Amino acid sequence: MPLSKDEVRHVAVLARLGLEPGDEDYYAEQLSGILGHIERLQQLDTEDIPPTAQVVEISARLRDDEPRPCLTQEEALANAPHAVDGFFRVPSIQEET
Amino acid sequence: MSDDLTQLTIKEASRLLRLGSISSADLVTAHVQRIERVDPKVKAFLRFTPEVWERQANEADRRIREGTAPPLAGIPLAVKDVLCVRGVETTAGSKILGGFKPPYTATAVQRLFDAGALMIGVTNCDEFAMGSSTENSGYFPTHNPWDLDRVPGGSSGGSAAAVASGEAIIGLGTDTGGSIRQPAALCGVVGMKPTYGRVSRYGLIAFASSLDQIGPFTRSVDDAAIVLSLMAGFDPLDATSSNRAPMEVLNNFGGGVSGMRLGVPREYYDVKGIEPGVKAAIDAALLILRRQGAEIVDVSLPHTDYGLAAYYIIAPAECSSNLARYDGVRFGMSDDDAPNITEQYTQVRRKGFGAEVRRRIMLGTYALSTGYYDAFYLKAQKVRTLIKRDFDAAFEKCDAIVSATSPTVAFPIGSKTQDPLSMYLCDVLTLGGNLAGLPGISVPCGTSDGLPVGLQVLGPQWGENLVLRVARAYEQASEIHAEVADVV
Repeated sequence: MPLSKDEVRHVAVLARLGLEPGDEDYYAEQLSGILGHIERLQQLDTEDIPPTAQVVEISARLRDDEPRPCLTQEEALANAPHAVDGFFRVPSIQEET
Repeated sequence: MSDDLTQLTIKEASRLLRLGSISSADLVTAHVQRIERVDPKVKAFLRFTPEVWERQANEADRRIREGTAPPLAGIPLAVKDVLCVRGVETTAGSKILGGFKPPYTATAVQRLFDAGALMIGVTNCDEFAMGSSTENSGYFPTHNPWDLDRVPGGSSGGSAAAVASGEAIIGLGTDTGGSIRQPAALCGVVGMKPTYGRVSRYGLIAFASSLDQIGPFTRSVDDAAIVLSLMAGFDPLDATSSNRAPMEVLNNFGGGVSGMRLGVPREYYDVKGIEPGVKAAIDAALLILRRQGAEIVDVSLPHTDYGLAAYYIIAPAECSSNLARYDGVRFGMSDDDAPNITEQYTQVRRKGFGAEVRRRIMLGTYALSTGYYDAFYLKAQKVRTLIKRDFDAAFEKCDAIVSATSPTVAFPIGSKTQDPLSMYLCDVLTLGGNLAGLPGISVPCGTSDGLPVGLQVLGPQWGENLVLRVARAYEQASEIHAEVADVV
């Protein structure tokens, strides 16, 4: 199943990847090749087969809801490119109206 | 200090340290000198951590003097760049995490620190552990110590090369589709991937969370068992870590293979693209195991041909979700000029991610997107069930499975970079173990054209002791041991 350039562009927008000039052709060709291999999955009848998300039998474990130490505000912000007044600073998230 | 100190196993080095023949400082100095000589050629390390090893060596020497030395006191350790160490730059081989200094240490690493290991440095890997050659590193490729024009395998190629070239006694890697076992095979060392859930993934920079496991590179099977038993065990910080007792790893793995049934899956034995020299080495290994009293039995893993396809849906789908966090807000690369946050995300991810990571994020995003989920992701999860059932059926007929680890020996740098599918096929014999959550090991089993070949042993879930037992029996009987390359 070949992937079109439009689909590459769409997926790149969904994943916020940002394409360079020429990327659409490059990735369309490569991803089509990989999807061509993946297509063989359709040969298998899996109608009655349950899906596996996790392979070992470990069920969700709960702990008591008690406060525990965690990162300090300073530690949490230490790697932030733009920390301001104890916050992560980001560019505007809404256009002015 | 001579190079002799950089060829040792954990057991040998520990003996010298405890006898007082050498100090931890001597051992670390020998390794630093060796690194200065060989690492400009091998390029196994991204960064060195003298501030960490100096403190740890002093502590190790003090405890050895006091007679309270923990099991790994003074042993040099190389840590793959996907395992967080507090205060030490950790980047997953990616430009997008440049400068990131984790505020905490991965549980697996902390347990080895608590056992006395000395961290020499951070090793190179494929970006976010995605690759089979370490050529996808955002920094530079690592070279195979046995032939510098060839790849060391990957993604944990730096740690494998470090152990193979005498730069560290223990290497830590991670294995999502073969990223410990395949580089171990290509570099001629021992590499082990535990059962999913055996080792805590807390502090591991996630690639595909249902497949990732942390494991060791060493120069002997005994050493792999020592390191694994120290890292293993329940961790409340990883919801998928198992509370099975870690010491069962070490139970009774010296018993030999007499009377054991070792399964040879015909789909693995005759896998497409297997090199004649690799096959010859595996045949010789099977003969040795048979002479040791093992019964070699024919088994089948009928869905082998679908494994790669299922893997390349599941792993990219999980990666596209895990890597959504790299947004330039909380850590790593930023973009100062973006007019709005969507543009910031897009610019940071455009500049920060390399081609393979972008391919996989796109593949995963596509497979999870509206209209394709059932055809791709759900289908792949169902095929994962079939692959797991193949292994369950095989383990009805045998105690452990043996095969080549990689269909080929180390390949020339650059020879597969233009064809992603050919690179993915490197993992065709290893990724089934990840899809089914099995423990597996690769041990050196001779050479083909002068390059190392690895023998893979896979066991049923939680069967580390079986895997180690077969590997150790082979290592002892074959007298093939991991050697340190001269690096010329």
